[in-house]
Amino acid sequence: MIKTVSLLFTRVWLRNFWVWKKHVRASLIGNLGQPFLFLIAMGYGLGRNVPEINGLSYLQFIAPGLVASSVMYSAAFEATYGSYTRLATQKTFDAILMTPVSVYDLAMGEIIWGATKGLISGLIMLGAIPLFGIVPSPWTPLLIPILFLEGITFSSLGMIMTAKAPNYEFFNYFTSLLITPLFLFSGIFFPIESLGHIPRMIVNYLPLASPVELSRALCYGYLNWVTWERLFILLAYAVLTSVCASLLVRKRLIR
Amino acid sequence: MQTKRPVIDASGLKKAFNQRTVIDSFDLIVDEGKCIALLGPNGAGKTTTINMILGLVIPDEGRIEVFGQDISHNLRKIKQSIGVAPQTDNLDPDLTVLENLIVYASYYSIPRHTAKNRAKELLKFFALEAKQDEIIQNLSGGQRRRLILARALINRPRLIILDEPTIGLDPQARHLIWEKVEILKAEGTTILLTSHYMEEVQRLADKVIIIEQGKKILEGEPIGLIKRHVGEYVIEIPDGGQGFDGLKEDLDGCNASFEEHAKRLYIYLKGPCPQAERLGMRFEHVVKRPANLEDLFLRYTGRRLIEDHR
Repeated sequence: MIKTVSLLFTRVWLRNFWVWKKHVRASLIGNLGQPFLFLIAMGYGLGRNVPEINGLSYLQFIAPGLVASSVMYSAAFEATYGSYTRLATQKTFDAILMTPVSVYDLAMGEIIWGATKGLISGLIMLGAIPLFGIVPSPWTPLLIPILFLEGITFSSLGMIMTAKAPNYEFFNYFTSLLITPLFLFSGIFFPIESLGHIPRMIVNYLPLASPVELSRALCYGYLNWVTWERLFILLAYAVLTSVCASLLVRKRLIR
Repeated sequence: MQTKRPVIDASGLKKAFNQRTVIDSFDLIVDEGKCIALLGPNGAGKTTTINMILGLVIPDEGRIEVFGQDISHNLRKIKQSIGVAPQTDNLDPDLTVLENLIVYASYYSIPRHTAKNRAKELLKFFALEAKQDEIIQNLSGGQRRRLILARALINRPRLIILDEPTIGLDPQARHLIWEKVEILKAEGTTILLTSHYMEEVQRLADKVIIIEQGKKILEGEPIGLIKRHVGEYVIEIPDGGQGFDGLKEDLDGCNASFEEHAKRLYIYLKGPCPQAERLGMRFEHVVKRPANLEDLFLRYTGRRLIEDHR
């Protein structure tokens, strides 16, 4: 069988991009609404009554984390509801697999597409931050590949669910048991250092914790050896989840 | 005199899903330029066979060569020259008619400009030009089928696989598709067809393979198979309550075989039978007609299904 990924994965990506272009506006508003509302409610509303954290106002503290969370939401949403629609409802995957495109090309194209959508959301959030009076550091452009890797991780996690899903309801587990807890406990809204030893160890290795920390570090320009450790964890997650997702997609589609 | 290698050469195929055997010791040879039909009741293993050829179902045993190459090594290259019209409608509902073809062409690495020209030619061939900017949801069943066929031809395939190409269509739409397939056949395209419309198979296929429960039960050229296994003529007599006692003796000397099911007697005649001509005087609603593929199919698969139900 075809064991390798070929450049044909770009065709799968392009197909999705083509469709996305047709409905850009609805898609963007759908994915960006939530992080924006959180930034306003928590940053402006709650933030007035919260003391500074590591020399940052509360709004400044949470903004980079919300950039990372918007990547997570967009990528995870696309790779579950979006990919599952193409897999089960529209049978688009079946149509693609009749052509020279292999199942691994297909999985890779879908994962990278999900990551792309995540990245787009993240970049728009990042571009909007100055509107809240936050001036990003010169390191900020380095955030782009990091957000992309984060996108790969979460679109792969989504694809894993898609490969296993019997119906749309199945994604409720994913959202309530993984995505929402990650959003709340990955250090976006409170500093991880303030936790006790054991919870801190756990939180540090959550897949959203590294992108949140990296995002904050690059936005405010404080880089140190911890940054490298974070980058390594993120890279490991991206590789592991994407390989796992590809194998599970194959298992679902090739009998 | 077959010197060329067959387009499809599969042998000893076996596949079980959850311990249920769906394909059993199946061989398939499709020669270049021919149309081979797989005929069988639902669930006989026709679509599974197609999916094996496409590398989407991996056989437990056996080997498949397409264009003389083993599919387990050269699948991507092989599929570059195969066009598939699947049974289930999997047109891309996110795209228009023309976009469906252009995007599909991209999976075959066909340059955009070439793709667009070919797409327009195909839409013309299938009488869909007026619909090119329409979304898929606005097409009728027949138009969708034609678009699926057009899509299967976008890569100028050497082999086309048609899985139930006219299922669920009205007669006009069906005839239009047959016409187009006949043109492709005349151009020398090799076709693997599955169907359970006998008329379709009789019209298009050079050879039929009847399969049931994953096993091949008959194989051959349609007319020859019908003559050999059914006969030349069929006489149908409905049972009006009078019974058929003594009838078989009356036809002594004719090369006839009998079958009764669903309150109807079928007499299959392999040669002339003057006595049979007079049956119309004894029974009402007697029909005499040439034997066809449906008789063959029912004789070989229908009865067995009935036995299974008992």
